[in-house]
Amino acid sequence: MQILDMQTLKDIKPGNTVRVVKIAGAGPVKRRIMDMGITKGTEIFVRKVAPLGDPIEVTVRGYELSLRKAESEIIEVSRITEGGE
Amino acid sequence: MSVKIALAGNPNSGKTTLFNGLTGSNQSVGNWPGVTVEKKEGKLRNSKDVTIVDLPGIYSMSPYTLEEVIARNYLIDERPDAILNIIDGTNLERNLYLTTQLTELGIPVVAVVNMMDIVRKSGDRIDTAKLSKGIGCKVVEVSALKGEGIMAAAAVAVEMAQGGKTIPQHSFSGSVEHALAHIEEAVLHDMPEERQRWFAIKLFERDGKIAEKLGMKQESLNHIEHDIEACEAELDDDSESIITSERYAYIGALINECCRIKDRGKLSASDRIDRVVTNRWLALPIFAVVMFTVYFVSVTSVGAIATDWANEGVFGDGWRLFGIGTDAYEAAYGDFEAGIAEEPDPASFGAWIPGVPVVLEGLLDAVGSPGWLKELMLDGIVAGVGAVLGFVPQMLILFAFLAFLEACGYMARIAFIMDKVFRRFGLSGKSFIPILIGTGCGVPGIMASRTIECECDRRMTIMTTTFIPCGAKLPIIALIAGALFDGAWWVAPSAYFVGIAAIICSGVILKKTKLFAGSTAPFVMELPSYHMPTPGNILRSMWERGWSFIRKAGTIILLATIFVWFASNFGFVDGGFGKTEMQGSILAVFGTYLAWIFVPLGWGDWRSAVAAITGLIAKENIVGTFGILYGFAEVAEDGAEIWVSLSSAMTPLAAYSFLVFNLLCAPCFAAIGAIRREMNNRKWFWAAIGYQCVFAYAAALCIYQIGRIASGGGLGIGSAVAAIIVAMFAYLLFRSAKEQGEAGEMNFSAS
Repeated sequence: MQILDMQTLKDIKPGNTVRVVKIAGAGPVKRRIMDMGITKGTEIFVRKVAPLGDPIEVTVRGYELSLRKAESEIIEVSRITEGGE
Repeated sequence: MSVKIALAGNPNSGKTTLFNGLTGSNQSVGNWPGVTVEKKEGKLRNSKDVTIVDLPGIYSMSPYTLEEVIARNYLIDERPDAILNIIDGTNLERNLYLTTQLTELGIPVVAVVNMMDIVRKSGDRIDTAKLSKGIGCKVVEVSALKGEGIMAAAAVAVEMAQGGKTIPQHSFSGSVEHALAHIEEAVLHDMPEERQRWFAIKLFERDGKIAEKLGMKQESLNHIEHDIEACEAELDDDSESIITSERYAYIGALINECCRIKDRGKLSASDRIDRVVTNRWLALPIFAVVMFTVYFVSVTSVGAIATDWANEGVFGDGWRLFGIGTDAYEAAYGDFEAGIAEEPDPASFGAWIPGVPVVLEGLLDAVGSPGWLKELMLDGIVAGVGAVLGFVPQMLILFAFLAFLEACGYMARIAFIMDKVFRRFGLSGKSFIPILIGTGCGVPGIMASRTIECECDRRMTIMTTTFIPCGAKLPIIALIAGALFDGAWWVAPSAYFVGIAAIICSGVILKKTKLFAGSTAPFVMELPSYHMPTPGNILRSMWERGWSFIRKAGTIILLATIFVWFASNFGFVDGGFGKTEMQGSILAVFGTYLAWIFVPLGWGDWRSAVAAITGLIAKENIVGTFGILYGFAEVAEDGAEIWVSLSSAMTPLAAYSFLVFNLLCAPCFAAIGAIRREMNNRKWFWAAIGYQCVFAYAAALCIYQIGRIASGGGLGIGSAVAAIIVAMFAYLLFRSAKEQGEAGEMNFSAS
C-alpha cells in the first residue's frame, strides 16, 4: 500500500470501495462513527452524495449509513477498487 | 411472581412492532422523566405479572447520546429480570454489536432475531445454534411483522428471568483482559461478580458518567489509569476504540462461522427505490411532491374539512351525518339569499346532528339553570374542550402521514436531503416538516417535532416552529393590512418573511447560548431499508400521539381558556362584582394596567393590550376582540367594520409593530399546551415561552422605534433602547460560538 494512496473518506467519489486505515480524533464523533461499524480494516462503499452536496451515503457492514463530509474527513482510507461515477 | 423484561435493540430493528405484538393494547405511553424521549411500558399478553419496558432504540451503550444514557441507566439502576434483545436478521453484524454489550451486564439476555422471513426469502442462512454459542445467550427466530414466534420468544425470556444466566463468550486481546482484571480487582471487588465485567469495561473506556455513578475517588481512577495507558501504548489506539474494534472483530469472525449470506452485490428492491428517491436530480422534486401531498391533505383539504367539522359542527351549531341533506339545504339557502323564500332552518334538512353546545344549552334550559352557569358551561368549558378537541381530527391525519413516512424509511431520507440547509440554524433536516405544518397550524407542527432524533434539534424546533404565521394568524394580517395599509400586497408576504427570519436568527443565536452550546450531534445516521408499514402500526402511532396531546396538553388549554373567559366576562360594576361587558371586565382593567408595557412598541392603547391577551386563546380572537371593544357585536373575518376606528387609533408603523408582536409572541394556549407536552420539562417550557415573548417584544420595539427615526420622528429614549437591542442582537448573531463542536459548521459568522 503506497502512502500516496492515503486519503480521507471525504475525497472518495461515489462508486468506489475503500478500506479504513485509521480514524482520527477522539470523543463523541469518533465513538459514534465506530459504534456504527466503521472500524480499522472495514470496507466502505461510497454510494452517493446528497442532492445539495452534503452529507454522503455509504454502505458499511451490509447496511446504508449517511454521514456529513465534516465527519468523513476524520476517516483515513485506502482505495480498493476504482469505480465509475 | 412479577417479572420485568426490558426490550432493547437498534432503531429500525422492528422493536416497536415486536412491542406491540407482545403487549397488544395493554400498554401505556409516557416520557422518560424530564426529557423528550418517549417511554412505553406494557403487560405481556395473557400474563398480568409480566411487564415489558420498551427502551429507546440504541446502537451502543456509549455515554454520548441521551437515548443510550437513558437505556443503560435503566438497565443498571433498575436491573430488569431479563433483557429481550431484538436483532435485525438482515443486518446481523451491527445489531450484534449491542448484544455483546448487553450480555456483559450480568442480566439474562435473550436474542430475538427478527425479520427471519426476509432472511429466508433472500436465501441467506443463519445457524442460530452456533450463534447462540458464540454470543453466550439464547437465540430465538421471529418475524415480528407476521407475529411468528414472538410469544415463544417472550416465554424464553420469562423462563430466563427466573434464575437463568448469560455469560458473555467474547473476550478481548490479552493486554485488554489483563487491564480489565486489574480494574475489577482494584475497584470493583465489592460488586456481585457477574456485574463487574460491564463496569470494568466502562472504566477502561474512561466513561466519566459511570465513574461518577460508582462514586469513584480520583486516586482509584489514577490507579487504573496506569493500566489503561499501558494497554493503549501496546495496541496503539485509545481505549474506547480498542474495545469497539475488538467487538466488531469478534462479531465479524462469528458471522463468518454461522451465516451464509448470498451474493451481497445484487441490488435489493430497497436499493432500487433509493436510487430514484435520493437521486441527485430527482430527490428534491420528489421531496417537494411528498411535502405538498402531506400539506395538502392534512392542512388544506381533508384536514380543513375535519377541523371545520370539529369546530363548527361538533363544537358549533351542528352537522349532517355523511352530508345527507346538505345539497337541499344549500339550495333552500340560495333561494333565501335570492329573496324568494324565507330563511331555512339548517336543522330541518337531512340527517342533522346538533352540536355539543346546542344540546347542552337545551339541557341546561330544561333544568332551568341560571344564566351565569349556562355561560360558564357553554362559553368557558365547552369552548375550552372544543379548543382542545377541535385540533384532534386534523392532527390525526397528519400523524398518520408522519407514522407512514417514518415506518417506510422516507423520514430518514428527508434528513439526508435537507440536512445541509437546516443544520446551520441548529435544526435538523427533519425540522422541515414541523415548520411546513406550522404554516397551517402550530399545534400539529410542534407535535411533529417528535420525529427528530436528536434532543437539542427537537427542542430548537419546538421553540421556533410557531414563529411561522399559522392559519389563525391570517385574519390578524388581513385586519392590519386592510385597516392601515390599504390592503397592500406586501403585508402578508412580509409576515412570512418575518417568521422565517425569526427562525433563522433564533437558530443561530440560541445555538451559541449555554442552552444549546456544544451540542452539535454528529450526523452519523442509518438509512434504513424501505419497508411497507402495516396499517396497524400506523394507526397505533397516530392514536398514541393524538391521545398524548389530548391528555397532556388538554388540561392547560382548558384551564387557560376558562380563565380568560372568566376574566373577560366578569368585573367590578356599580360597587359589586358580577358579570359585565368586556369593556368593564377584569381583563380590561388588567389591559389598562398592562398597556404601558406596549407604549415603546407604539400601541399603548388598552384595547390592543386586551386583544393581545385574548389572542392567547386563539390568534383569530384578536380581530373579534377589537370588534367588541370598538362596539361591534360581530365582525367579518378580516374585521372590515373596525378598519376606520383602528386606523384612527394607530399609526401604520404602530400597527405593523402590533402585527409583528402578535405573530412572534407566545402562541395560542393550544400551541402552548403542545410545547409543554413536547418539552416535558418545566424549565425548558418556560424558556421557550419566555424566549418567544422577549424576542417578539424586541423585534416589535425595533421596528417601531427605527421606523420612527426613518420617518423623521426624532430621537428619544425609545430609539436609544432600540439601538442597544440592535447592537446586542448583532453581537448574539455574529459572536463566535462558545464551545465549538467537533463537527464544525457552527460558526455562522465565518461564512
